[in-house]
Amino acid sequence: MPLIRSMRNIGHRSVDTIWRIGFAARFFVLILLNSGMSFRRFHLTVRELFFTGVMSLIIILVAGLFVGVVLGLQGYETLKSYGSESALGTLVALSLVRELGPVLAALLFASRAGSAMTAEIGLMKATEQIAAMEMMAVNPIARVVAPRFWAGVISMPLLAAMFSAVGVFGGYLVGVVFIGVDEGSFWSQMQSSVDFQHDIMNGVLKSFVFGVAVTVISLFEGFDAPPTAEGVSGATTRTVVQSSVVVLLLDVVLTAIMFRGI
Amino acid sequence: MERTALDLWVGAFVLAGLAALAILAFKVGNLSSYNVSESYQLKANFTNIGGLKPTAGVRSAGVLIGRVTDIKLDANRYEAEVTMSIDKRYQFPKDTLISILTSGLLGEQYIGLKPGADDEMLKDKDMIKQSRSAMVLEDLIGQFVAGKAESAK
Repeated sequence: MPLIRSMRNIGHRSVDTIWRIGFAARFFVLILLNSGMSFRRFHLTVRELFFTGVMSLIIILVAGLFVGVVLGLQGYETLKSYGSESALGTLVALSLVRELGPVLAALLFASRAGSAMTAEIGLMKATEQIAAMEMMAVNPIARVVAPRFWAGVISMPLLAAMFSAVGVFGGYLVGVVFIGVDEGSFWSQMQSSVDFQHDIMNGVLKSFVFGVAVTVISLFEGFDAPPTAEGVSGATTRTVVQSSVVVLLLDVVLTAIMFRGI
Repeated sequence: MERTALDLWVGAFVLAGLAALAILAFKVGNLSSYNVSESYQLKANFTNIGGLKPTAGVRSAGVLIGRVTDIKLDANRYEAEVTMSIDKRYQFPKDTLISILTSGLLGEQYIGLKPGADDEMLKDKDMIKQSRSAMVLEDLIGQFVAGKAESAK
């Protein structure tokens, strides 16, 4: 019966998905429990901070500048028709600090650093380095996974802040320097409408949550990848796709909680 | 890569990130205008606050002297009760007039304080008696239309 077979298929997939989510949650708890070493031997985390944070800098800065410039151009075009060009600073800063900074930085981070993490751990598993560590009584989660997790969690808010700051500079560049919006009202309107706690700290909190989500997904996919060339490539693809979807989904939830328009 | 070079790069990265956060806080956000100096609370009732929001500015003669901290509905009188925190350096007489003003025709709403001539000053948690509500554009238009109809008769 094709109907029963397709039903069985759906059931199998649902059970499989839930099983994987549960497995990822246990993996997350395991990372937290085994993260003592990443702080006691902090140079392990520093090394990973270099690969996840410093190496992502260029793409984050360039993308942030471009996004800010585009926001400045588009915002000016729209605001001009209402005669309120002076609100350009507010528009650029609020959209970057609240949404675009954390979200775009997390998407770039997932494709730049997350995929690298998955591929690295997947390949370590395929070449049996992880199994070798276990043989030598070295806990691979404490030695390999946890430092990468903390490096990702630390660098994500910093990268998002840099993205927003560079973006605001891009908006300033195009709005004030090239188009000629009044510089005083650009900054003063921005400052009077961007609240430190409500806007900036909520943005930082968002990027922190995204950092946790992206790194856990990348590390889990790498650790869970079938130890073949095909398996590692599939896991890398899944990392980018799942991280992007999860980041956007979490963004909807967090925005709904944080900015209810009180 | 050598460990010292690695440390250097990561240190520069973390510092740059914190610097970006500081720029956001002080240049983009309003942390620099957060008052670290002491403040006191004042309250006032309005029949209509229009679009006033918490964190809106409180100004006297155009100078920012405080912020709206809380807005709620007084359930006994069905009026809005607005709480403000004002910089302690500025004291106001008891008969100060408080009104809700708009910057520009459709701009942000803020609170304006117009000092009276009383000798006694307002103290912490005092209520300002004389208040003037927000200008609601729809009401104005309604009055104008009604006045037109009246005079046409």
